[in-house]
Amino acid sequence: MELFMEQFPIVIRSLNVGFLQTLKLFFVTLIGAFPLGLIIAFGSMSRFRPLSYFTRVIVWIFRGTPLMIQLLIIYYFPGLVLHHPIWGGGESGRFFAASVSFILNYACYFSEIYRGGIQGVPVGQEEAGLVLGMTKSQIFFKVTLLQMIKRIVPPMSNEIITLVKDTSLARIIALQEIIWAGQAFMKGSQGISGAIWPLFFTAIYYLVCNGILTLLLGALEKKLNYFR
Amino acid sequence: MPILQVEHICKSFDRTEVLKDINFSLEKGQVVSIIGSSGSGKTTLLRCLNFLERPDKGVIRVNGETLFDDRDPATLSESAIRKKRLHFGLVFQSFHLFPQYTAQKNVMLARELLAKEQPDYKARKKEIQEEIRTQAQELLRQMGLADRMNNYPHQLSGGQCQRVAIARALALQPDILCFDEPTSALDPELTGEVIKVMKELAEQKKTMVIVTHEMAFARDVSDQVIFMDDGCVVERGTPAEVFEYPKEERTRQFLMRYTNG
Ligand SMILES: Nc1ncnc2c1ncn2[C@@H]1O[C@H](COP(=O)(O)OP(=O)(O)OP(=O)(O)O)[C@@H](O)[C@H]1O
Ligand SMILES: [Mg+2]
Repeated sequence: MELFMEQFPIVIRSLNVGFLQTLKLFFVTLIGAFPLGLIIAFGSMSRFRPLSYFTRVIVWIFRGTPLMIQLLIIYYFPGLVLHHPIWGGGESGRFFAASVSFILNYACYFSEIYRGGIQGVPVGQEEAGLVLGMTKSQIFFKVTLLQMIKRIVPPMSNEIITLVKDTSLARIIALQEIIWAGQAFMKGSQGISGAIWPLFFTAIYYLVCNGILTLLLGALEKKLNYFR
Repeated sequence: MPILQVEHICKSFDRTEVLKDINFSLEKGQVVSIIGSSGSGKTTLLRCLNFLERPDKGVIRVNGETLFDDRDPATLSESAIRKKRLHFGLVFQSFHLFPQYTAQKNVMLARELLAKEQPDYKARKKEIQEEIRTQAQELLRQMGLADRMNNYPHQLSGGQCQRVAIARALALQPDILCFDEPTSALDPELTGEVIKVMKELAEQKKTMVIVTHEMAFARDVSDQVIFMDDGCVVERGTPAEVFEYPKEERTRQFLMRYTNG
């Protein structure tokens, strides 16, 4: 017990640092994937066939292969195969590579959600607006946008919560996120070794984080429930 | 001069001809009902009038002004379409109310957006908004919805929704109001309330083009009845002419199905 009390602050400090990296990857992915997903969605709905086929193939590849493999390829391929490392060394290089992988992967998932949301709004809504003399942009901002958001929020919430947990995959390229930080105490770090509880303890961080997100996203969903 | 002239309108989708040389005209304050079996092109005709479809051929004139003429490129530009649409209103079979707005806001929205384009909008903002609100409330009251103004569409019955949709179309004061089977999506006990407000509009001499399967209503309210079949106007005349003494065999058969059904 005494030993535990001694180790606890050291472990927590270390896990906090790791969790900060987890959060950084989480937010960078969201900030990048929200707009990129929209661009991909418009690409896949384009009436210009080559563009829509191209984007659909990209989406198929990113959704059809494990994110872990994508991380490995994106991180190692330029250096090992092309002999032209682009990511730079150290933690910042790994973070950069991880961000790019996560943004691409999640943008593809988001694009399908956007597409469902956009196509889910009945054409009658746009036609009603046109007949009332509205411009296309007025129709988008005043009529269809909110209906799309309403459709997008529930599936998006699922993806966002999955993303929190998926960030742990970045450990495969040795990004020092929270699981990496927890595991370090098994191998030995800061005078602590063979301790397995720090790794288990990381679960609490995920739970709390996802608990908060669930509450926030649930509140947003509820706020949009005033219409159907 | 007729308020609406439709001449030689033709429209095909891919290779199927949906409208084949449609002609009719309408005087101000008149009501024309269009009847005909499913797939005869009634909806497509209304959509052409509202510029939701572009006819392949033909001329559409309102108050003598040529809004569409396939041989006159000046009338074909996309940019002017928005203005031209304002001559017409369209009430859809399934309402298409905006679900995120209250009944009153549904009626106000389009006029608010138009008002913002007026040069004096900034200076008279309060006044204009008050004007628009008063008009919307007046229209909804006229539709018998005085106590429903602040309800959202999902809180309203089908009949109430359709009456909001009619108020919404009236708010822009179109020259010609088109209805595409306004009661077909309603339970039978709700059609009466919609038909009642439409009759009131006819009494107020609103110019209307009504696609309907309600034969008794068409007979009562119309100045002119058009029977369409397979993309053609088969018969056209007063309700008495079309309903009592149809000249064409196809009209007779169609009406028979309705009176016996
Ligand atoms: N966008 C479209 N693309 C291809 N064909 C279409 C399209 N819209 C309508 N049609 C076809 O045109 C024909 C006429 O359709 P329309 O909807 O105008 O008929 P309608 O008289 O309104 O029928 P209903 O009484 O069932 O509403 C139908 O055969 C329909 O399949
Ligand atoms: Mg129809």
